[in-house]
Amino acid sequence: MDLDQLPAKARQLRRDIIEMVYRARSGHPGGALGMADFMTVLWYRHLRHDPANPRWEDRDRFILSNGHTCPILYAILADRGYFDRELLWTFRRLGSPVQGHPSVRSDLPGIEYSGGSLGNGLSYALGTALAARVTGRNYRVYCSVSDGDCQEGQTWEAAMAAAHHAVDNLTAVVDYNRCQIDGPSDQVMSLGDLPAKWRAFGWHVLDVDGHDYQALDEAFRAAAAHRGAPSVIVARTVIGKGVSYMEGDYRWHHGFPDEERYRQALAELAEAPA
Amino acid sequence: MPSLEMRSLREAYGRALAECGAQDPRIVALTADLGDSTRVAEFGRRFPDRYFNFGVAEANLMGVAAGMAMNGLKPFVSTFAVFAAGKPWEQIRQTIAYQRAPVRIVATHAGLTVGEDGASHQMLEDINNMRVLPGMAVVVPADAVEADRVTRWAASYDEGPVYVRLSRANFPTILDEDYRFTFGRARVLRDGGDITLMACGLMVSVCLQAADLLAADGIAAQVVNVSTIKPIDRETIAGCAARTGRVITVEEHQICGGLGSAVCEVLAETCPVPVRRIGVDDQWGQSGEAMALVAHYRLTPERVAAEARSLLAGG
Repeated sequence: MDLDQLPAKARQLRRDIIEMVYRARSGHPGGALGMADFMTVLWYRHLRHDPANPRWEDRDRFILSNGHTCPILYAILADRGYFDRELLWTFRRLGSPVQGHPSVRSDLPGIEYSGGSLGNGLSYALGTALAARVTGRNYRVYCSVSDGDCQEGQTWEAAMAAAHHAVDNLTAVVDYNRCQIDGPSDQVMSLGDLPAKWRAFGWHVLDVDGHDYQALDEAFRAAAAHRGAPSVIVARTVIGKGVSYMEGDYRWHHGFPDEERYRQALAELAEAPA
Repeated sequence: MPSLEMRSLREAYGRALAECGAQDPRIVALTADLGDSTRVAEFGRRFPDRYFNFGVAEANLMGVAAGMAMNGLKPFVSTFAVFAAGKPWEQIRQTIAYQRAPVRIVATHAGLTVGEDGASHQMLEDINNMRVLPGMAVVVPADAVEADRVTRWAASYDEGPVYVRLSRANFPTILDEDYRFTFGRARVLRDGGDITLMACGLMVSVCLQAADLLAADGIAAQVVNVSTIKPIDRETIAGCAARTGRVITVEEHQICGGLGSAVCEVLAETCPVPVRRIGVDDQWGQSGEAMALVAHYRLTPERVAAEARSLLAGG
């Protein structure tokens, strides 16, 4: 997809996120909305995959460590044709494969990892990336992590190991919105200079505006080209991006809009006039 | 006849793993700075491209193993039992068990016989911790022969994750070289109609010795090797209880949550009989020489025989 087509696609995905969370009366819209731009760039311009063949051995893998933001992943998978779009509206309902946090047990095509417990995903992504080395395959592994993931020690165990083993087919993306459940992360548990931390752990760091398509596109390209070290894109995002009453408000980490707020969100995210 | 020779279970594991690795290029070995102690380093020397050390970071170790298992490899992960089934329990739950990732967690240094390192290293809760996880198989080899057979079985078991409990200390060899391991089956090693002794690991040989002591008093004890704790062999366990009417369980583990508890669960539902659980009774370990510790915590043939006599006397 061309760069100039991405904004419209991202708007559509944002509408899907609002719809899913509203209908489920449950879910985590803030992070999902904030991630929509870099996820669109990744999934529509960089990730090598085939919706008709979800288990294609050489596919690039996407690991959502911050599994609670799954509405954006589900919306993308449905849009790309991994499963019937109608399944999105069963999000979080008993018996639905569209579980509240992604589950490989649900057999939903396109789900690589059962995320939800922060801190665990980067290790899983590292193992996935190392497997390519042993099986002789040539795929890239992308792993999305949140501020909360970066507070978990295990994320840094994985970071240390990825650098030690020079796993350059691994690209992490931080949804760096500086928010978490109990408040701004600077108040709850400051991550300090996060890009510097990744750099200190031996990673190639790309620090970008998480809503600038050009910068994101270039970052994904540079990450894939980098040799000898894993790469991390620190994407500076705004939680709830695209919905005025959610933007920048940590309280929209989770929760669903009432009918009035739902209609307002959809209006704000409506297709831009041609 | 079993040799009763004192042999290392982890040596048997390391050797068998290397042989399996030669046959199957999908097998990889992972450790957290304990490659030599767990004997997976032998695999590493032969197959350096399939051997990964992650340093002292067990949470990451388990997550990596899961990623490998779900993407075409057969990972064997080894560290000490306390660092395998203790520290990264949540990672095992979320990333391995919940995802049904076929990871082979082969933990050494379980139980009191870790010895001088003391309580922080003497894992007495691992059977408990692992068997409660849905889909997690739990196997406790009784000696080096069984450790070898279990390793080879695990190499082709792809149904889900498995936890294998090994020791630091050498155990008496109680199984013949022609022994064949059957996953999910408890094995009656010695028959007898008066009382059933069910055990796992080192305690199987302790029970065989206890049976000899009891035989001198005219008491015929049945000895059962319950090497698969999960899925537990309900049929054999209930059948033994029906035969003798009295059961003693023996394990190098807390009596809460391990083999004894598993047997009680089965018998309460299938064949309620008096059961005495022998093991570590809600205590911590401590430093000492391995066999001195076993004696100190009273996990001896004499203790087992005394409990058997007491149970038979209606005590």
